[in-house]
Amino acid sequence: MAVTGFMLVCFISVHLLGNLSVFFGVDAINIYAEKLHSLGPVVWIFRMAILLLFAVHITFGIQLTVENSSASPEAYAIKKRLKTTFAAESMIYTGLIILVFLLYHLLHFTVHVVHTDAVSAVQTLVNGRPDVFTMIGKSFNNAFISIVYVIAMCALFLHLSHGLQSFIQTFGLNNGKTQDIVAGIGKLAAIFYGLAYIAIPLAFLFHIVKI
Amino acid sequence: MNLTLHVWRQKGPQDKGKLETYPAKDVSSDMSFLEMLDEVNDKLIKEGKDPIAFDHDCREGICGMCSSVVNGRPHGHQEKTTVCQLHMRQFEDGADIVVEPWLAKAFPIQKDLIVDRSALDVIMQAGGYTSCHTGGVVDANSLLIPKPVADFSMDAAECIGCGACIAACPNSSAMLFTSAKVAQLAVLPQGKAEAKDRVLEMTKAMLDEGFGNCTNHYECQEACPKGISVKFIATLNREYLKSFT
Repeated sequence: MAVTGFMLVCFISVHLLGNLSVFFGVDAINIYAEKLHSLGPVVWIFRMAILLLFAVHITFGIQLTVENSSASPEAYAIKKRLKTTFAAESMIYTGLIILVFLLYHLLHFTVHVVHTDAVSAVQTLVNGRPDVFTMIGKSFNNAFISIVYVIAMCALFLHLSHGLQSFIQTFGLNNGKTQDIVAGIGKLAAIFYGLAYIAIPLAFLFHIVKI
Repeated sequence: MNLTLHVWRQKGPQDKGKLETYPAKDVSSDMSFLEMLDEVNDKLIKEGKDPIAFDHDCREGICGMCSSVVNGRPHGHQEKTTVCQLHMRQFEDGADIVVEPWLAKAFPIQKDLIVDRSALDVIMQAGGYTSCHTGGVVDANSLLIPKPVADFSMDAAECIGCGACIAACPNSSAMLFTSAKVAQLAVLPQGKAEAKDRVLEMTKAMLDEGFGNCTNHYECQEACPKGISVKFIATLNREYLKSFT
Protein backbone atom coordinates (compact mmCIF):
# COMPACT_ATOMS: atom_id res chain seq x y z
CA MET A 1 0.00 0.00 0.00
CA ALA A 2 2.72 2.41 1.05
CA VAL A 3 4.90 1.92 -2.06
CA THR A 4 2.04 2.30 -4.55
CA GLY A 5 0.52 5.07 -2.43
CA PHE A 6 3.80 7.00 -2.50
CA MET A 7 4.06 6.64 -6.29
CA LEU A 8 0.46 7.81 -6.69
CA VAL A 9 1.24 10.86 -4.51
CA CYS A 10 4.13 11.62 -6.90
CA PHE A 11 1.65 11.34 -9.79
CA ILE A 12 -0.97 13.62 -8.23
CA SER A 13 1.79 16.16 -7.46
CA VAL A 14 2.86 16.34 -11.12
CA HIS A 15 -0.79 16.31 -12.24
CA LEU A 16 -1.56 19.18 -9.87
CA LEU A 17 1.38 21.25 -11.12
CA GLY A 18 0.14 20.81 -14.69
CA ASN A 19 -3.46 21.60 -13.79
CA LEU A 20 -2.58 24.73 -11.84
CA SER A 21 -1.41 26.23 -15.13
CA VAL A 22 -5.09 27.17 -15.73
CA PHE A 23 -4.37 30.10 -13.42
CA PHE A 24 -1.75 31.40 -15.87
CA GLY A 25 -4.00 32.07 -18.84
CA VAL A 26 -5.33 30.28 -21.88
CA ASP A 27 -1.97 29.49 -23.43
CA ALA A 28 -0.34 28.04 -20.30
CA ILE A 29 -2.51 24.92 -20.01
CA ASN A 30 -2.92 24.62 -23.78
CA ILE A 31 0.86 24.57 -24.25
CA TYR A 32 1.17 22.09 -21.35
CA ALA A 33 -1.49 19.82 -22.92
CA GLU A 34 0.08 20.07 -26.38
CA LYS A 35 3.55 19.20 -25.01
CA LEU A 36 2.10 16.26 -23.14
CA HIS A 37 0.35 14.93 -26.25
CA SER A 38 3.46 15.47 -28.40
CA LEU A 39 5.27 12.89 -26.27
CA GLY A 40 3.14 10.27 -28.08
CA PRO A 41 3.81 6.70 -26.93
CA VAL A 42 5.61 7.92 -23.79
CA VAL A 43 2.33 9.40 -22.54
CA TRP A 44 0.59 6.10 -23.14
CA ILE A 45 3.30 4.12 -21.34
CA PHE A 46 2.99 6.61 -18.47
CA ARG A 47 -0.81 6.33 -18.45
CA MET A 48 -0.66 2.54 -18.40
CA ALA A 49 1.86 2.60 -15.54
CA ILE A 50 -0.43 4.93 -13.54
CA LEU A 51 -3.45 2.71 -14.19
CA LEU A 52 -1.42 -0.32 -13.09
CA LEU A 53 -0.41 1.55 -9.92
CA PHE A 54 -4.04 2.38 -9.20
CA ALA A 55 -5.06 -1.24 -9.84
CA VAL A 56 -2.39 -2.61 -7.47
CA HIS A 57 -3.16 0.02 -4.81
CA ILE A 58 -6.90 -0.66 -4.96
CA THR A 59 -6.45 -4.46 -4.97
CA PHE A 60 -4.16 -4.31 -1.92
CA GLY A 61 -6.56 -1.88 -0.22
CA ILE A 62 -9.52 -4.20 -0.67
CA GLN A 63 -7.46 -7.25 0.35
CA LEU A 64 -6.27 -5.43 3.48
CA THR A 65 -9.82 -4.41 4.41
CA VAL A 66 -11.15 -7.96 3.93
CA GLU A 67 -8.28 -9.50 5.95
CA ASN A 68 -8.63 -6.95 8.73
CA SER A 69 -12.38 -7.28 9.07
CA SER A 70 -12.02 -11.06 9.20
CA ALA A 71 -9.44 -10.63 12.01
CA SER A 72 -11.93 -8.67 14.10
CA PRO A 73 -15.33 -10.18 13.35
CA GLU A 74 -17.03 -9.14 16.62
CA ALA A 75 -17.84 -5.56 17.53
CA TYR A 76 -17.71 -4.19 21.08
CA ALA A 77 -20.94 -2.94 22.66
CA ILE A 78 -19.04 0.27 23.41
CA LYS A 79 -15.79 1.28 21.69
CA LYS A 80 -13.98 4.52 22.48
CA ARG A 81 -11.84 6.06 19.74
CA LEU A 82 -8.48 6.73 21.40
CA LYS A 83 -6.13 8.09 18.76
CA THR A 84 -7.41 7.11 15.34
CA THR A 85 -9.15 9.60 13.08
CA PHE A 86 -12.22 9.61 10.85
CA ALA A 87 -9.80 9.76 7.90
CA ALA A 88 -7.98 6.61 9.05
CA GLU A 89 -11.22 4.72 9.63
CA SER A 90 -12.70 5.66 6.28
CA MET A 91 -9.70 4.88 4.04
CA ILE A 92 -11.52 2.17 2.10
CA TYR A 93 -14.58 4.38 1.54
CA THR A 94 -12.62 7.48 0.50
CA GLY A 95 -10.51 5.20 -1.68
CA LEU A 96 -13.59 3.82 -3.42
CA ILE A 97 -15.01 7.34 -3.88
CA ILE A 98 -11.71 8.30 -5.53
CA LEU A 99 -11.92 5.19 -7.75
CA VAL A 100 -15.44 6.09 -8.95
CA PHE A 101 -14.29 9.68 -9.47
CA LEU A 102 -11.24 8.49 -11.40
CA LEU A 103 -13.45 6.60 -13.87
CA TYR A 104 -15.73 9.62 -14.22
CA HIS A 105 -12.74 11.95 -14.62
CA LEU A 106 -11.27 9.77 -17.39
CA LEU A 107 -14.64 9.58 -19.19
CA HIS A 108 -14.91 13.35 -18.87
CA PHE A 109 -11.53 14.84 -19.75
CA THR A 110 -9.66 11.93 -21.38
CA VAL A 111 -12.21 9.88 -23.34
CA HIS A 112 -14.65 12.83 -23.75
CA VAL A 113 -17.83 10.74 -23.58
CA VAL A 114 -19.63 12.59 -20.78
CA HIS A 115 -20.57 16.28 -20.80
CA THR A 116 -19.84 16.31 -24.54
CA ASP A 117 -21.18 19.85 -25.00
CA ALA A 118 -18.51 21.24 -22.65
CA VAL A 119 -15.63 19.05 -23.78
CA SER A 120 -16.32 19.73 -27.49
CA ALA A 121 -14.41 23.01 -27.00
CA VAL A 122 -11.21 21.02 -27.26
CA GLN A 123 -11.97 20.54 -31.00
CA THR A 124 -11.35 24.23 -31.67
CA LEU A 125 -7.88 25.70 -31.93
CA VAL A 126 -6.59 28.72 -30.06
CA ASN A 127 -3.23 30.01 -31.26
CA GLY A 128 -2.91 26.77 -33.23
CA ARG A 129 -3.46 24.52 -30.18
CA PRO A 130 -6.49 22.48 -29.00
CA ASP A 131 -8.43 24.65 -26.54
CA VAL A 132 -8.08 22.60 -23.37
CA PHE A 133 -8.57 25.74 -21.26
CA THR A 134 -12.11 26.38 -22.53
CA MET A 135 -12.96 22.67 -22.25
CA ILE A 136 -12.04 22.80 -18.54
CA GLY A 137 -13.66 26.20 -18.02
CA LYS A 138 -16.98 25.28 -19.67
CA SER A 139 -17.10 22.06 -17.66
CA PHE A 140 -16.51 23.73 -14.33
CA ASN A 141 -18.99 26.52 -15.06
CA ASN A 142 -21.51 23.71 -14.65
CA ALA A 143 -22.29 23.59 -10.91
CA PHE A 144 -23.02 19.84 -10.95
CA ILE A 145 -19.62 18.99 -12.43
CA SER A 146 -17.82 21.34 -10.04
CA ILE A 147 -19.60 19.89 -7.02
CA VAL A 148 -18.70 16.34 -8.09
CA TYR A 149 -15.04 17.37 -8.37
CA VAL A 150 -15.10 19.19 -5.02
CA ILE A 151 -16.64 16.17 -3.24
CA ALA A 152 -14.06 13.86 -4.83
CA MET A 153 -11.22 16.16 -3.77
CA CYS A 154 -12.56 16.22 -0.20
CA ALA A 155 -12.32 12.42 -0.30
CA LEU A 156 -8.76 12.76 -1.64
CA PHE A 157 -7.92 15.15 1.22
CA LEU A 158 -9.21 12.67 3.82
CA HIS A 159 -7.40 9.78 2.12
CA LEU A 160 -4.12 11.70 2.05
CA SER A 161 -4.45 13.06 5.59
CA HIS A 162 -4.06 9.50 6.85
CA GLY A 163 -2.10 8.08 3.92
CA LEU A 164 0.77 10.58 3.81
CA GLN A 165 1.85 10.14 7.42
CA SER A 166 1.06 6.44 7.22
CA PHE A 167 3.60 5.64 4.53
CA ILE A 168 6.39 7.34 6.51
CA GLN A 169 5.58 4.95 9.38
CA THR A 170 5.30 1.93 7.07
CA PHE A 171 8.67 2.72 5.48
CA GLY A 172 10.11 2.76 9.01
CA LEU A 173 11.24 6.38 8.73
CA ASN A 174 9.61 7.43 12.00
CA ASN A 175 10.99 7.50 15.50
CA GLY A 176 9.49 8.62 18.80
CA LYS A 177 10.39 12.26 18.20
CA THR A 178 9.13 12.51 14.63
CA GLN A 179 5.80 10.72 15.14
CA ASP A 180 3.63 13.76 15.86
CA ILE A 181 5.60 16.07 13.55
CA VAL A 182 5.16 13.67 10.63
CA ALA A 183 1.44 13.35 11.39
CA GLY A 184 1.11 17.15 11.44
CA ILE A 185 3.07 17.66 8.22
CA GLY A 186 1.05 14.89 6.56
CA LYS A 187 -2.22 16.62 7.46
CA LEU A 188 -0.93 20.02 6.29
CA ALA A 189 0.23 18.51 2.99
CA ALA A 190 -3.18 16.84 2.57
CA ILE A 191 -4.89 20.19 3.18
CA PHE A 192 -2.60 21.75 0.55
CA TYR A 193 -3.41 19.07 -2.05
CA GLY A 194 -7.13 19.25 -1.25
CA LEU A 195 -7.34 23.06 -1.44
CA ALA A 196 -5.15 23.30 -4.55
CA TYR A 197 -7.26 20.76 -6.44
CA ILE A 198 -10.56 22.24 -5.24
CA ALA A 199 -9.40 25.73 -6.28
CA ILE A 200 -9.53 24.77 -9.98
CA PRO A 201 -13.27 23.97 -10.34
CA LEU A 202 -14.28 26.70 -7.86
CA ALA A 203 -12.21 29.34 -9.70
CA PHE A 204 -14.20 28.66 -12.87
CA LEU A 205 -17.54 28.18 -11.10
CA PHE A 206 -17.29 31.56 -9.39
CA HIS A 207 -15.79 33.17 -12.51
CA ILE A 208 -12.54 34.08 -10.77
CA VAL A 209 -10.92 32.57 -13.83
CA LYS A 210 -12.99 33.53 -16.90
CA ILE A 211 -13.19 31.62 -20.17
CA MET B 1 -20.62 3.48 45.75
CA ASN B 2 -23.46 1.78 43.92
CA LEU B 3 -22.85 0.75 40.35
CA THR B 4 -24.60 -1.12 37.56
CA LEU B 5 -22.43 -3.60 35.69
CA HIS B 6 -23.16 -4.84 32.19
CA VAL B 7 -20.89 -7.86 31.85
CA TRP B 8 -20.28 -10.15 28.86
CA ARG B 9 -21.41 -13.64 29.85
CA GLN B 10 -20.55 -16.61 27.65
CA LYS B 11 -20.67 -20.20 28.90
CA GLY B 12 -18.01 -21.62 26.61
CA PRO B 13 -16.02 -21.14 23.39
CA GLN B 14 -18.85 -22.47 21.21
CA ASP B 15 -21.70 -20.69 23.01
CA LYS B 16 -23.23 -17.40 22.11
CA GLY B 17 -22.62 -14.68 24.66
CA LYS B 18 -24.53 -11.60 25.72
CA LEU B 19 -24.28 -8.68 28.11
CA GLU B 20 -25.98 -9.28 31.45
CA THR B 21 -26.71 -6.68 34.09
CA TYR B 22 -25.64 -6.97 37.74
CA PRO B 23 -25.87 -4.45 40.55
CA ALA B 24 -22.66 -3.77 42.52
CA LYS B 25 -23.73 -2.30 45.84
CA ASP B 26 -21.71 -0.70 48.66
CA VAL B 27 -18.51 -0.74 46.64
CA SER B 28 -15.55 0.88 48.40
CA SER B 29 -13.81 3.52 46.28
CA ASP B 30 -10.48 2.05 47.45
CA MET B 31 -11.19 -1.31 45.84
CA SER B 32 -9.52 -2.28 42.62
CA PHE B 33 -11.77 -3.15 39.70
CA LEU B 34 -11.03 -6.85 40.16
CA GLU B 35 -11.76 -6.69 43.90
CA MET B 36 -15.11 -5.16 43.01
CA LEU B 37 -15.72 -8.11 40.63
CA ASP B 38 -14.67 -10.50 43.45
CA GLU B 39 -17.41 -9.05 45.67
CA VAL B 40 -20.00 -9.30 42.91
CA ASN B 41 -18.91 -12.92 42.42
CA ASP B 42 -19.23 -13.69 46.17
CA LYS B 43 -22.80 -12.51 45.98
CA LEU B 44 -23.48 -14.53 42.81
CA ILE B 45 -22.03 -17.67 44.42
CA LYS B 46 -24.19 -17.18 47.54
CA GLU B 47 -27.22 -16.88 45.27
CA GLY B 48 -26.21 -20.16 43.60
CA LYS B 49 -25.38 -18.42 40.33
CA ASP B 50 -22.34 -18.89 38.09
CA PRO B 51 -19.67 -16.29 39.02
CA ILE B 52 -18.15 -14.03 36.36
CA ALA B 53 -14.99 -15.67 35.00
CA PHE B 54 -12.08 -13.30 34.48
CA ASP B 55 -8.32 -13.63 34.12
CA HIS B 56 -5.98 -12.30 36.81
CA ASP B 57 -2.75 -13.19 38.50
CA CYS B 58 -0.36 -10.74 40.17
CA ARG B 59 -2.86 -7.89 40.59
CA GLU B 60 0.15 -5.56 40.64
CA GLY B 61 0.00 -4.46 37.01
CA ILE B 62 3.01 -6.41 35.85
CA CYS B 63 1.98 -9.90 34.81
CA GLY B 64 -0.31 -9.11 31.88
CA MET B 65 -3.02 -11.58 32.83
CA CYS B 66 -5.96 -9.26 33.49
CA SER B 67 -7.79 -8.40 30.35
CA SER B 68 -11.10 -6.62 30.19
CA VAL B 69 -12.46 -3.85 28.05
CA VAL B 70 -14.11 -1.42 30.46
CA ASN B 71 -16.50 1.12 28.95
CA GLY B 72 -14.97 0.71 25.51
CA ARG B 73 -11.31 0.96 26.55
CA PRO B 74 -8.99 -1.98 27.14
CA HIS B 75 -8.06 -1.91 30.88
CA GLY B 76 -10.43 1.04 31.40
CA HIS B 77 -10.03 4.77 31.02
CA GLN B 78 -7.07 5.42 33.32
CA GLU B 79 -3.94 5.83 31.23
CA LYS B 80 -1.06 3.35 31.53
CA THR B 81 -2.96 1.21 34.02
CA THR B 82 -3.94 -2.44 33.92
CA VAL B 83 -7.48 -3.23 34.96
CA CYS B 84 -6.20 -4.81 38.20
CA GLN B 85 -4.68 -1.45 39.14
CA LEU B 86 -7.74 0.51 38.11
CA HIS B 87 -9.45 1.65 41.28
CA MET B 88 -13.12 2.31 41.82
CA ARG B 89 -12.42 5.91 42.81
CA GLN B 90 -11.96 6.48 39.08
CA PHE B 91 -15.70 5.95 38.59
CA GLU B 92 -18.68 8.09 39.52
CA ASP B 93 -21.18 6.77 42.05
CA GLY B 94 -24.20 5.38 40.23
CA ALA B 95 -22.24 4.77 37.03
CA ASP B 96 -23.09 2.15 34.43
CA ILE B 97 -20.01 0.10 33.56
CA VAL B 98 -19.80 -2.16 30.50
CA VAL B 99 -17.24 -4.97 30.86
CA GLU B 100 -16.30 -7.00 27.78
CA PRO B 101 -13.51 -9.44 26.93
CA TRP B 102 -10.76 -8.77 24.34
CA LEU B 103 -12.51 -9.29 20.99
CA ALA B 104 -10.34 -10.67 18.19
CA LYS B 105 -10.47 -13.76 15.97
CA ALA B 106 -7.05 -14.79 17.27
CA PHE B 107 -8.29 -14.57 20.88
CA PRO B 108 -11.18 -17.05 21.12
CA ILE B 109 -13.36 -16.47 24.19
CA GLN B 110 -13.09 -19.34 26.67
CA LYS B 111 -15.64 -18.16 29.20
CA ASP B 112 -17.11 -14.75 30.03
CA LEU B 113 -14.14 -12.34 30.14
CA ILE B 114 -11.43 -14.97 29.65
CA VAL B 115 -9.87 -15.27 26.20
CA ASP B 116 -7.20 -17.68 24.94
CA ARG B 117 -4.10 -15.58 24.26
CA SER B 118 -1.78 -18.43 23.32
CA ALA B 119 -1.50 -16.92 19.81
CA LEU B 120 0.91 -14.43 21.43
CA ASP B 121 3.02 -17.37 22.67
CA VAL B 122 3.15 -18.70 19.12
CA ILE B 123 4.56 -15.34 17.94
CA MET B 124 7.17 -15.48 20.73
CA GLN B 125 8.11 -19.05 19.87
CA ALA B 126 8.67 -17.98 16.25
CA GLY B 127 11.60 -15.74 17.17
CA GLY B 128 11.22 -13.81 20.40
CA TYR B 129 14.49 -15.14 21.81
CA THR B 130 18.23 -15.26 21.17
CA SER B 131 19.87 -18.62 20.70
CA CYS B 132 23.47 -17.63 21.35
CA HIS B 133 25.67 -19.83 23.56
CA THR B 134 26.23 -17.74 26.63
CA GLY B 135 28.97 -19.86 28.21
CA GLY B 136 30.09 -18.82 31.66
CA VAL B 137 29.16 -15.59 33.35
CA VAL B 138 30.88 -12.74 31.51
CA ASP B 139 32.74 -9.95 33.23
CA ALA B 140 30.68 -6.89 33.97
CA ASN B 141 30.95 -4.20 31.30
CA SER B 142 32.78 -6.49 28.89
CA LEU B 143 30.05 -5.86 26.33
CA LEU B 144 29.39 -2.14 26.31
CA ILE B 145 25.96 -0.98 25.20
CA PRO B 146 25.32 2.75 24.83
CA LYS B 147 22.76 4.08 27.31
CA PRO B 148 20.25 5.30 24.66
CA VAL B 149 20.32 1.82 23.06
CA ALA B 150 19.83 0.10 26.42
CA ASP B 151 16.97 2.50 27.23
CA PHE B 152 15.33 1.85 23.85
CA SER B 153 15.52 -1.88 24.41
CA MET B 154 14.21 -1.63 27.98
CA ASP B 155 11.30 0.56 26.85
CA ALA B 156 10.30 -2.14 24.35
CA ALA B 157 10.84 -4.86 26.94
CA GLU B 158 8.26 -3.22 29.18
CA CYS B 159 5.56 -4.99 27.15
CA ILE B 160 3.76 -7.43 29.47
CA GLY B 161 1.98 -9.19 26.60
CA CYS B 162 -1.51 -8.54 27.93
CA GLY B 163 -3.02 -8.08 24.46
CA ALA B 164 -4.65 -4.67 25.09
CA CYS B 165 -3.06 -3.44 21.85
CA ILE B 166 -4.91 -6.14 19.91
CA ALA B 167 -8.15 -5.44 21.76
CA ALA B 168 -7.89 -1.74 20.91
CA CYS B 169 -6.87 -2.16 17.27
CA PRO B 170 -9.75 -1.85 14.76
CA ASN B 171 -7.93 -4.54 12.73
CA SER B 172 -7.07 -6.76 15.74
CA SER B 173 -3.45 -6.46 14.67
CA ALA B 174 -0.70 -7.65 17.01
CA MET B 175 1.81 -5.28 15.43
CA LEU B 176 2.63 -3.34 18.62
CA PHE B 177 3.23 -6.53 20.61
CA THR B 178 5.32 -8.10 17.83
CA SER B 179 7.26 -4.90 17.20
CA ALA B 180 8.14 -4.52 20.88
CA LYS B 181 9.46 -8.09 20.95
CA VAL B 182 11.39 -7.59 17.69
CA ALA B 183 12.76 -4.17 18.68
CA GLN B 184 13.95 -5.09 22.18
CA LEU B 185 16.36 -7.63 20.67
CA ALA B 186 17.12 -5.98 17.31
CA VAL B 187 19.13 -3.13 18.84
CA LEU B 188 21.25 -5.27 21.17
CA PRO B 189 24.41 -7.08 20.05
CA GLN B 190 23.03 -10.39 21.35
CA GLY B 191 19.93 -10.01 19.20
CA LYS B 192 21.48 -8.74 16.00
CA ALA B 193 22.77 -12.13 14.83
CA GLU B 194 19.25 -13.48 14.29
CA ALA B 195 17.53 -10.16 13.55
CA LYS B 196 16.67 -10.96 9.91
CA ASP B 197 15.10 -14.35 10.62
CA ARG B 198 13.38 -13.05 13.75
CA VAL B 199 11.46 -10.25 12.08
CA LEU B 200 10.37 -12.45 9.18
CA GLU B 201 9.34 -15.39 11.35
CA MET B 202 7.53 -13.32 13.97
CA THR B 203 5.53 -11.26 11.47
CA LYS B 204 4.65 -14.46 9.58
CA ALA B 205 3.50 -16.08 12.83
CA MET B 206 1.45 -12.97 13.63
CA LEU B 207 -0.46 -13.20 10.35
CA ASP B 208 -0.74 -17.01 10.46
CA GLU B 209 -2.37 -16.79 13.90
CA GLY B 210 -5.19 -14.68 12.44
CA PHE B 211 -4.21 -11.20 13.64
CA GLY B 212 -4.93 -8.33 11.27
CA ASN B 213 -2.56 -5.96 9.49
CA CYS B 214 -1.39 -2.66 10.94
CA THR B 215 -2.91 0.35 9.19
CA ASN B 216 -1.43 2.92 11.58
CA HIS B 217 -4.47 3.88 13.66
CA TYR B 218 -2.19 4.02 16.76
CA GLU B 219 -5.04 2.94 19.06
CA CYS B 220 -2.63 0.34 20.47
CA GLN B 221 -0.23 2.92 21.87
CA GLU B 222 -3.04 4.73 23.67
CA ALA B 223 -4.48 1.53 25.14
CA CYS B 224 -1.15 0.02 26.22
CA PRO B 225 -0.90 -0.09 30.04
CA LYS B 226 2.87 0.15 29.72
CA GLY B 227 2.90 3.02 27.22
CA ILE B 228 4.71 1.07 24.49
CA SER B 229 5.25 3.52 21.64
CA VAL B 230 4.35 2.94 18.00
CA LYS B 231 7.93 3.97 17.25
CA PHE B 232 8.69 0.27 17.72
CA ILE B 233 6.34 -0.50 14.80
CA ALA B 234 8.51 1.80 12.66
CA THR B 235 11.53 -0.13 13.99
CA LEU B 236 9.89 -3.43 13.00
CA ASN B 237 9.18 -2.04 9.54
CA ARG B 238 12.83 -0.96 9.22
CA GLU B 239 14.01 -4.39 10.37
CA TYR B 240 11.62 -6.00 7.88
CA LEU B 241 13.01 -3.94 4.99
CA LYS B 242 16.59 -4.61 6.16
CA SER B 243 15.92 -8.34 6.12
CA PHE B 244 15.70 -8.24 2.32
CA THR B 245 19.12 -6.60 1.90
